[in-house]
Amino acid sequence: MNRLNFLRIAGLAGATLTMGKILKASPQKSNKAEFVGVLYDSTRCVGCQECEIVCAKEHGLPKPDPEDYPTTKEVRKANEKRRSVINAYETSKGELYIKNQCMHCNQPACASACLTQAMHKTEEGPVIWRDNKCMGCRYCMVSCPYDVPKFEYHSSNPNIEKCNMCFDRIKEGLQPAFVENCPAEALTFGTRRELLAEAHRRISSNPETYYDGIYGENEAGGTGFLILSAVPFEEIGLNTKLQKKSYPELTKGFLYSVPSVFVLLPAILLGIFKATKKRQTQEEENE
Amino acid sequence: MNSIENIASRDNAGQPIWKFLMSELKPRGKYFTPFNIISVPIILVGLVLIVIRFIYGIGSITNLTQEVPWGLWIGFDVVTGVAFAGGAYVITFMVYILNIKKYHSIVRVTVLNGFLAYVFYAGALLLDLGKPWNVINPIIGNSFGVSSVLFLVAWHFLLYMMAQLIEFSPAIAEWIGAKRARKILSSMTIAAVIFGITLSTLHQSGLGALFLMAKEKIHPLWYSEFIPIMFFVSSIFAGLSMVIFEGSISHKVFSDQISEKNHKAHKGIIHGLSKICTIAMFAYFFLQVLTFVHGKHWDLLNTPMGYWYLTEMIGFVLLPMILYFYSYRTQNIFLIKLAAIITMIGIIINRLNVTVIGFRWDAPNPYYPSWMEIVVTLTVLFIEIWIFRWIVRRLPVLRESPSWVKDH
Repeated sequence: MNRLNFLRIAGLAGATLTMGKILKASPQKSNKAEFVGVLYDSTRCVGCQECEIVCAKEHGLPKPDPEDYPTTKEVRKANEKRRSVINAYETSKGELYIKNQCMHCNQPACASACLTQAMHKTEEGPVIWRDNKCMGCRYCMVSCPYDVPKFEYHSSNPNIEKCNMCFDRIKEGLQPAFVENCPAEALTFGTRRELLAEAHRRISSNPETYYDGIYGENEAGGTGFLILSAVPFEEIGLNTKLQKKSYPELTKGFLYSVPSVFVLLPAILLGIFKATKKRQTQEEENE
Repeated sequence: MNSIENIASRDNAGQPIWKFLMSELKPRGKYFTPFNIISVPIILVGLVLIVIRFIYGIGSITNLTQEVPWGLWIGFDVVTGVAFAGGAYVITFMVYILNIKKYHSIVRVTVLNGFLAYVFYAGALLLDLGKPWNVINPIIGNSFGVSSVLFLVAWHFLLYMMAQLIEFSPAIAEWIGAKRARKILSSMTIAAVIFGITLSTLHQSGLGALFLMAKEKIHPLWYSEFIPIMFFVSSIFAGLSMVIFEGSISHKVFSDQISEKNHKAHKGIIHGLSKICTIAMFAYFFLQVLTFVHGKHWDLLNTPMGYWYLTEMIGFVLLPMILYFYSYRTQNIFLIKLAAIITMIGIIINRLNVTVIGFRWDAPNPYYPSWMEIVVTLTVLFIEIWIFRWIVRRLPVLRESPSWVKDH
């Protein structure tokens, strides 16, 4: 009888623990909150790399090499020493520039992958990384559809490097450094709703300049970094194969099945155990 | 009979516990066995490499890149190792839940194997963490990342290790001669087994679910939303093949530990397991075919990755399945062991295909493990075998429990 009671309590406790855990794990229904974001109008970008320089200065990263500028010959990549890069592409409308950085997804794969909440979608909108929580498992890198988080492989106390939209400046009421310093005014800071409205306005008032679409409006469930382009997105190296649903949706089914398994399976196992035990004692009595 | 009495008397019979433990710590057996000669230098090199890794960072000994952040240590040590450790939950299910007494003699060694696998492969995970000192964060509760599959897997690893320790603990009590403790500990076995099977079901599949968000990064022939189910089903025959393989080695190496009766029963056990493997592999193969047909990737078959996919499915799933079936029907123990080895290679290939080979297969600079990553992997594996051997030589794992157990 004691053992049975123990099992009951253990089962209940286990079930409550997991249930509590999973219910909290459902995607945040914070779409009502006004996320801030950045609209990047690549048709205005002149590829001057000022954003790269101020980013390095703002976040204490090594000063960019002046010899390393965008050319159509190679695709430059962000890494643990630079959070954002400008690339040049030869397109149907001539040579065009495109900034590559964190997209600040509405429902980021990296943050839902993070088991310590080091990668975090702030209420304001930027996705930030927190040093004291991270254990360096790099699951965010595995999960990010844009391959944004970068890891310091050659450090004994490695950090993840990624754009945080200058979150400290935003909290102080300032604009992100790369937005403020863009000489071509290719970057606009604001709430995501305003930025989308502005982007649509630009497309409809200048249909010959713009490709009809906003990269990030629906990609990966919508992003905080929105891109306007003169040419179809593939031509400037943007990944158009990404799904429109958010990436955390992909693990939702699995995570939702956990509480049911945790409640039902032990009960079934206990049932089978009792049944086979009974059969066995009967057999022994018959002998 | 006499030899068995001798073996049984190895357990503690009334000595003070510390004196007994000190005497047990002394090494036993020959020093210069082929295994020792191979493993000791590799372990020493591996330990040096681990020190280098902690001073100069993970990049100093691995080939990991920004595009491929998980390599051999996760793909082989953790993901493959845990699949092989699946034998423990299958065997405890059969023995304790279904009450099939036939497999009782291999429960302890299988649980011990599973337990050590989890300890060491989860330990290998620490080597792969950039900031391993923060590993307590998801456990002590100051930062629960509850929407993460990895959070679930981490917790399940921890809890399952405890469940396995409880399942194994009566052997420790018998070893040190703690009669009362044994009674209490063995009364907890059923609860630990039920809890353990539930945890295993979820984290075996959870290891697959880890990769669900890497939708565009994994080759379409290996990515599907059914990865979790595939990982779970394949862990059944992966674990049992490991039990067959490990059992046939143990029966040679530790033959002095095994009673005449269990020696004879071993063939029957292997024979029974081959039947379960056949059924589980059939279900798995069927699932794979179904997923492939639904995925509509016929065009991809005629590519190098397609040939590799067909090699895996035909050479390392279908073939060993037929071999298991044939050797079960003809009672050919040698062929069963052969099928087990081919199945195990197939599991290694499958797990690496999902986690490493098929991951960013299109990257401009693909990842290949460095020799140092391989040496560290072997170090972890060899230390585990050393500990396993140490325990089997001392605790009643393969041999019968001391005679006082039956009197109770």
